[in-house]
Amino acid sequence: MSGATTVSEYQATHTVPGRMGIWWFLASEIMVFGGFLAIYILYRMASGGAWAEMANHVSAPIGTFNTIILLTSSLTMVKAFEAIDNEKRKQATNFLLITVILGLAFLGVKAFEYSSEIALGFTPLSGTFWAFYYALTGLHGLHIVAGVIFNASLLVMAMKGTLWPNTQHRVEYAGLYWHFVDIVWIFLFPLLYLSY
Amino acid sequence: MSEASATVHTTHEQTFVSKYIISFDHKMIGKQFLMYGLIMLLLGGALALMVRWQLAYPEKPLPLIGASENYLENSEVTTFMDGLWDNWLSQDSDDQNWLTKRMPVGIITPAFYNALFTMHATIMVFFVVMPILVGAFGNFLIPLMIGTKDMAFPALNMLSFWVAVIAALIMMAGFFVPGGHAATGWTGYPPLSSDPTWTGVDWGQNLWCISLIVLGVSSLMGSINYITTILNMRAPGMTLMRMPLVIWSLFIVAILLLLALPVLTSALAMLVLDRLAGTTFFNIEGGGDPLLWQHLFWFFGHPEVYILILPAMGIASEIIPVFARKPIFGYKAMVYAMASLAFLGWIVWGHHMFQSGMNPTLGATFMISTMVIAVPSAIKTFNWLGTLWGGNIKFSIPMLNSIAFVSMFVIGGLSGIFMASNAVDIFIHDTYFIVAHIHYVVFGGSIFGIFAAVYYWFPKMFGRMMNNKFAHIHFWISIVAFNCTFFPMHILGVGGHMRRIYNPMQYEFLQNFEGMNIFITLSAFVLGFGQLIFLYNAFYSAFKGKKAEDNPWKANTLEWSAPTPPPHGNFLTPPTVYHGPYEYSVPDMEEDFLPQIEKR
Repeated sequence: MSGATTVSEYQATHTVPGRMGIWWFLASEIMVFGGFLAIYILYRMASGGAWAEMANHVSAPIGTFNTIILLTSSLTMVKAFEAIDNEKRKQATNFLLITVILGLAFLGVKAFEYSSEIALGFTPLSGTFWAFYYALTGLHGLHIVAGVIFNASLLVMAMKGTLWPNTQHRVEYAGLYWHFVDIVWIFLFPLLYLSY
Repeated sequence: MSEASATVHTTHEQTFVSKYIISFDHKMIGKQFLMYGLIMLLLGGALALMVRWQLAYPEKPLPLIGASENYLENSEVTTFMDGLWDNWLSQDSDDQNWLTKRMPVGIITPAFYNALFTMHATIMVFFVVMPILVGAFGNFLIPLMIGTKDMAFPALNMLSFWVAVIAALIMMAGFFVPGGHAATGWTGYPPLSSDPTWTGVDWGQNLWCISLIVLGVSSLMGSINYITTILNMRAPGMTLMRMPLVIWSLFIVAILLLLALPVLTSALAMLVLDRLAGTTFFNIEGGGDPLLWQHLFWFFGHPEVYILILPAMGIASEIIPVFARKPIFGYKAMVYAMASLAFLGWIVWGHHMFQSGMNPTLGATFMISTMVIAVPSAIKTFNWLGTLWGGNIKFSIPMLNSIAFVSMFVIGGLSGIFMASNAVDIFIHDTYFIVAHIHYVVFGGSIFGIFAAVYYWFPKMFGRMMNNKFAHIHFWISIVAFNCTFFPMHILGVGGHMRRIYNPMQYEFLQNFEGMNIFITLSAFVLGFGQLIFLYNAFYSAFKGKKAEDNPWKANTLEWSAPTPPPHGNFLTPPTVYHGPYEYSVPDMEEDFLPQIEKR
């Protein structure tokens, strides 16, 4: 076989395979959350006052605080990507670090929120709203965990300096995913916290 | 933004493990999926034969197993069964071994019977047809037919296979847990599936859900890989409208898989939560709604039907022009018909739920949208006929199987129109008419498509031809026994024979059907054992068959321009494509075919 031929020679769309893969992955994720949210909305519309009563017990201030944390982390993520684009390695590392910390902060706040709700007696078994609340935020939380792991692995590589010159494009993929998880929260927040 | 790191293959020495087990080569992964599917086909087929035995000879000991056990007199058997009926849910005594618990004196118990038909369908749909059509042929054909070295993400490809293996192991484990395997039918409707007290199945159902969730991950990786490869890695000159139709079908199927399976995954996650955590998503006492599962399941389930049939359509579209020595009739129409089938597949799921309770207006909407599916299906059928018309037809073995696919698909499609009608469905729903329909589409359609594909691409996969005599014997046994097995089921269904019943002889109005049930079962055994010829032929030919040339069928598509069997990296020189894949019998040419890499 003749010498090494790169994939890029064949590219018909001028898009890197990894970027295209992540976009199709996000399309699939839309269906995961889409199916779940559609059912939630159907149940919400079909049920009457009992649902509003249950939904009244979630803490909108904590939810708002977490929304702000997550939106800020999206900003730092895009800043990290911008720094990568401009070849500013130190800056990129710092912004990745902040993103990871904000992701962990979101999870911490969420854990505090869960425990305070459970302390008040609102478990997943307390009614359909609570089942949805825990399932949806739990699924979203798992996505946050995955994103934090992805970002943290990039951060470690950036601190060691092994992120460059071949793998820095992964920051873009991580960013796409992180923004998606953020957007899901933008749907979850009003539907779960403000729907009473 | 720099380019992604290239997926470069070097020709270093490969160990046994890296070549045959943890392989990154799309051809080996395709063969792995083929093996996986064929092994599961044996298992799924054996389960079906046991179901058939029970329907023809209810509560009689199974032939081999029954004889080996202490064979009892008929009268004693009846007494034993009478006792069993009283407490068939509580059969968890530990002193019995696996076999005697499920088949005391060789007789299938009702609980085990439920698990048998459930697992037959689950295995055939998720572990046979999908892995072979999408996994095996998708992996093997896509890079070869679009003219590239490998998939876009070889590592993801390898993971996709091994995750599928894990899913299969989890599914198999269900047979050995206390309480037996899932017994709710492959559709897993709650409350039957959400509450263990109804079926007596506890961990069997949980493992069923978990296995399908894991399989969803495997499909996700596979489909992202297929889509990216097809969009990104086509050889120079291989425009979308020059792609072989089988690649189009796999592309559309990958999109369907990508978007449909996640819906099932969320539904399964909710079902697992209901079962394990005690939530009430599908439980009416806690404010949930069992109908919701049906909506979610069929929102996945109907696109799934097209996932099972579209690749077989693509395979037939590939083989028929080659052996009719004619261009495919209406290439663009074929592509648009497949795309519209895929689209329509998303908006017809309600026709599986006509009898579950539905607003009549909504039912009428689903009925009309379902009937519209006949249009693209007919376009495809007439285009196949148009391709055959006036062709120089050679009835080779792939061609025979492809023609069988087309004709069986037409029968299955026509019975589908019966069911699409809301009013007719009241009468035939949940009867053997439905069973006949699904088997005409999935066995007569998809499985004959698989046979055609294996016979056709076997020379390229293994470098050897399959034995022609055995192939003909297998084909004629299959097509005759298939029709003897499944055609009478239409009549059973119209006669009111319910599906999923344990013993038809308990119903007075079904007792007249005993002879027909026996006939179906005998045909089914012929059909089942006939497949052993196919397996023998495949394994024998893979090692001892006649050496194949590079292009034994004189076909145009790119895989036949590669050496046989293709080396690591597929092509000796990167191919360039000059025209579409179906240029057969071009006027004023010496040869009656024109490979895609040759200029006219």
